[in-house]
Amino acid sequence: MLEVKNLGVAYGDVRAVWDISFHVNVGEIVVLIGPNGAGKTSTLRSIAGLQPIVAGQVDYLNKPIHQPKLFTHAHELVSQGIVLVHEGRRLFGSMSVSENLELGAFSPQARKVKNRTLTQVFEMFPRLAERKDQRANTMSGGEQQMLAIGRAMMGLPKLLILDEPSLGLAPLVVKLIFDVIRELNQQGMTILLVEQNAKRALALASRAYVIEQGRIAGTGTGAALLNDPNVQHSYLGGVL
Amino acid sequence: MNFETLLQTLVFGFFVGSLYGVAAIGLSLVFGVMKILNVAHGELMMLAGYVSYFVFSLFGIDPFVSILISIPVLFCVGLLLDRLVYRRIHLLTGEAKIKNSLLVSFGLSLILQALAIQFFTADERAIQASYSGYSLTLGGIILPYTRLISLFIIFGVISLLHWFLQRTITGKAIRAAAEDAEAANLAGINIQRFYMLTLALSAALSGLAGSLVIIGYGITPTVGVVWLLRGLIVVVLAGTGSIFGTFSAGILLGLVEAISSTLFGAASREIVGLVMFLVVLVLRPQGLFGKKG
Repeated sequence: MLEVKNLGVAYGDVRAVWDISFHVNVGEIVVLIGPNGAGKTSTLRSIAGLQPIVAGQVDYLNKPIHQPKLFTHAHELVSQGIVLVHEGRRLFGSMSVSENLELGAFSPQARKVKNRTLTQVFEMFPRLAERKDQRANTMSGGEQQMLAIGRAMMGLPKLLILDEPSLGLAPLVVKLIFDVIRELNQQGMTILLVEQNAKRALALASRAYVIEQGRIAGTGTGAALLNDPNVQHSYLGGVL
Repeated sequence: MNFETLLQTLVFGFFVGSLYGVAAIGLSLVFGVMKILNVAHGELMMLAGYVSYFVFSLFGIDPFVSILISIPVLFCVGLLLDRLVYRRIHLLTGEAKIKNSLLVSFGLSLILQALAIQFFTADERAIQASYSGYSLTLGGIILPYTRLISLFIIFGVISLLHWFLQRTITGKAIRAAAEDAEAANLAGINIQRFYMLTLALSAALSGLAGSLVIIGYGITPTVGVVWLLRGLIVVVLAGTGSIFGTFSAGILLGLVEAISSTLFGAASREIVGLVMFLVVLVLRPQGLFGKKG
């Protein structure tokens, strides 16, 4: 479904991603783990069409979407089914929950079925239904993350990309978010996930990649990486 | 100074302040959404004034009716300006964006002034409609009909704009782009298109303001900078994010200017706004009605 080949990303003279290749098959949950500053967020931003790439190629549904001289903007990719839940949630804080969700369904095909999707989002996150008139920036971190995922669902993603969805959340909420990711996947949504919470993420993953210093440092099934001594040492706190 | 004179002064301050408000809302819209300062906003008002002037003098179209022409004309000018000029600036980020927007729009304002002098001459133009001299008198206070109609139209237009931004999906998309352009892009919103629409809306507002200015006050090719300065002061006073906040700050500036010119002479009119500008910047940099952060 998604094929990233020798991706390179730079901000001016600063290279964030050197050479990253990986792929995501339909129906998978693929997880990227790695230390801070490894280039995970830059990789996701490039795929989603926020940041042009300087090297390599990204294919989606067997067609190139990004090359150094080809840049597909985020809003075009949303209509093709790629939706990113950005690190830090990036809600429209001064607007209500309903307005955030309404804007998530901005693309024409999503707008047509807006009400149906909204029902699904409210079924998955009853809390959002209770708070639909509340301003987004007055909600708790967990509720905001639910809204960020809900807003992404409104765009009818085929490939849902999540960047650090559990960051800064209470353990109970983290569990809820991971349950939701699993459920969305079971409903047929393909997931690409970047997580600090490597243990939970790997437990969920079909396959995973380790990114270090802008390069792929390892790959395997989620279970294989969970049992890999190096990964355990670096990302799982050395104990299991 | 007796009470009646004071009240009369305030009434005229209120009328002119409502125009400051409209000028500022246009500036504030572009600044808030696109993060660029359109220095040529006053020149767009000037152009609109000439549109009204010529449709009045050539075709005898009533100046208030001519708003129906100047608004769409300026809307199109806005679309064109975005396509030809500002689109290149959207691609920049941060400091480069604000600096270049200043330079480019300042250049544009000089060009528009020079063109206006060339084609319209430097003479001051104003419109005298058949009802221009008439006014309503309430308890000794004079309320000219032209100013009352202007005020009525202004309230109508900004209420409509408020409704548009708050209630329609297009308006919400503009607000989303203002709040977080990347997040809006990720929601499926084509940022470039909404920037273009925002600039056109701002230009359309300058169309309204310019037409009302020529009815009440008069237009020269270099009048733009006067209105731009007032608009900037009001934007700083109000902070961005609230149409009615900006409008109120416009009224406030009009009232303060009127009082100070009565008390300290006409020259103080130019200074008092700038003093308010400095005081607000020092004490409340987010503006009187703006939110912190």
